[in-house]
Amino acid sequence: MPGLPKPITVADAGPRRAAGARAAGRSGPRAGGHRSARPPGGRLRRGETIAGWAFIAPAVVVIIGLAIVPVGWSLLLSFQANDLVTPGHWVGLANYEALVTDPAFGQAVRNTLVYTALYVPLSVALGLALALALNRRIRLVGLYRVLFFVPFVISATVQGTLFAFVLDPQFGAANSVLHALGLEPQGFLTDPNQALLSLVGITLWSGTGFCVVVYLAALQDVPVSLVEAARLDGAGPWRLLWHITLPTLRPVTVFLVLWQLITSLQVFDLVYVTTKGGPLGATTVIVYFIWEQAFKNFTAGYGAAAAYVLAVALLTIAIAQRLVRRRQEALENRLAAGRIGGSGGGPEPVTGGRS
Amino acid sequence: MTATTTAGGGAGRGRPDVTGTTGTTGAAGPRRRRGRIRLLPFSPWHLLLAPLALLFAIPLVWLLLSSVMSNAEINRFPPALWPSGIDLGGYRFVFNNAGFPRWFLNSVIVSLVTVATNLVLGSLAGYAFARMRFFGSRVLLVLMLATMAIPFQLTMIPTFLIMKWLGLIDTLGALIVPSLVTPFAVFLLRQFFLSLPRELEEAAWIDGCTRMRVLLRIVLPLSRPALSTVAVLTFLATWNDLTWPLIAIHHESQYTLQLGLATFQGKHLTQWSALMAGNVITVLPVLLAFLGAQKAFVRSITSSGLKG
Repeated sequence: MPGLPKPITVADAGPRRAAGARAAGRSGPRAGGHRSARPPGGRLRRGETIAGWAFIAPAVVVIIGLAIVPVGWSLLLSFQANDLVTPGHWVGLANYEALVTDPAFGQAVRNTLVYTALYVPLSVALGLALALALNRRIRLVGLYRVLFFVPFVISATVQGTLFAFVLDPQFGAANSVLHALGLEPQGFLTDPNQALLSLVGITLWSGTGFCVVVYLAALQDVPVSLVEAARLDGAGPWRLLWHITLPTLRPVTVFLVLWQLITSLQVFDLVYVTTKGGPLGATTVIVYFIWEQAFKNFTAGYGAAAAYVLAVALLTIAIAQRLVRRRQEALENRLAAGRIGGSGGGPEPVTGGRS
Repeated sequence: MTATTTAGGGAGRGRPDVTGTTGTTGAAGPRRRRGRIRLLPFSPWHLLLAPLALLFAIPLVWLLLSSVMSNAEINRFPPALWPSGIDLGGYRFVFNNAGFPRWFLNSVIVSLVTVATNLVLGSLAGYAFARMRFFGSRVLLVLMLATMAIPFQLTMIPTFLIMKWLGLIDTLGALIVPSLVTPFAVFLLRQFFLSLPRELEEAAWIDGCTRMRVLLRIVLPLSRPALSTVAVLTFLATWNDLTWPLIAIHHESQYTLQLGLATFQGKHLTQWSALMAGNVITVLPVLLAFLGAQKAFVRSITSSGLKG
């Protein structure tokens, strides 16, 4: 904070120095020629390599040591029988072979896919609907936005314990309300047929706000001129949505779908807190399976193999995201190039907000 | 004034309702509705938004209410939906019987240290990657970017073994070390530094400032938005994390709040009001931070979404 006034004076001095002062030679020999303009990018001063390494060393040690090394280590583990205590022994592909036939893993994959197939489209669609409803001049918009978004910052543990309570078959408010309405009480998280659906409901409560906020930010970038023009041409509201708004939002939608896909394939905390994979394995998801194998049954090699299966799936999605993004950027660049001198606030959708 | 309200209202009403309460596909343009008498003293959108907002708010209201109910009130059937009076028994239980104060302190320590180290180490590495070209910088940057795609589940087992080897299991160190600096913090700060005009730094460079001074005096004061983004997201992630503490911590005195809450339920069956009191205490710092810095939060989260 005390450093703030400084850059302002520097900012004032910068251009002046570049233009006038340099010609006058006021800053002495160091300012001579092109040399002065290059340093913050070029390899000029001696010791730049040493300084550079000093700057990045802590980050490199932590990130290589605790991300790159473990990736290789995990691969080795997945070829071993390992209990995390005694040294493991090599079993080749046995862990992977066991995974294929393990009904528990099959169920975990199925549960995860069902959960994902429900949660991802519902959260994105609901997020879009709410964002469209909020993207207008009505009162209380700020309040609505806060209410939709607040659950997102609440930890999965609190969500889990709170909903375990609300949905408690005996003492929960949900059944209490059903009772008051004269309806049958439900089992919710304790009913094998409802547990996974209940989890989807809980994450919709907490995760939709994220989609709302991202969509709202993106909606600010829907070009007003385009909307006006379409309206003048007699486009109705549905056509505006279909032909203008949704196409502009497409990159955001793609991003949100992939993002939600990645997070929902990795769901764990909520499951641990609410059902611990039960009842009868109805909510055992992949990450829960991995955790259980590695840290409860102490079959770490088997857990690592399952983790690799998940990681490959996630990586495929991440690569897809990359590719889609690259294509979009290329498209945007082409559009931008073709529109030089056009409308000033041209659409560089949300990517403009990337910092 | 009138023009803007009618235009806004007309467009608003004409806009499609995605949830499917209106079936008319905009047969008439917005123009026809301009003269219509308003049936409601407020926008009809509130009819859709208000109930949904209520639905989102109810669990939190219920959380607050049940934390001040007595257990007797909760444990009868059907349970009370509204407290008859304020009973702080749950909060008292949490403060006296369980390890909550200690867990709270642990969570605070871990979160604050992690935020601080991410800001410092992230800025250093981010600046070097943004402005300095030196032997190995390219390769390392690519490597670091690649690690962002590595899911935690893949690294957690070896990370546990590394922490065990370092003798950190069952200490707060095990919670801090793996997230001392995340590739995300480095990358986000690097991108922001790249967006700053070089001229400022060049001027200082000409004046003979060292890299460190340029970073401290010029770059960082201009980078407050990015720094706050890193701080907010790091805090949220650390404060709310359960998976890693669950793996790395077994001794109750080293629990974080999330871990404490998760095990509390099993240990004190049907101590609902105490559990809800614990929930309130756990959520409060995050909620206060959120309400206090809403803009920074929302900006952080929307921009984080775009890291790719």
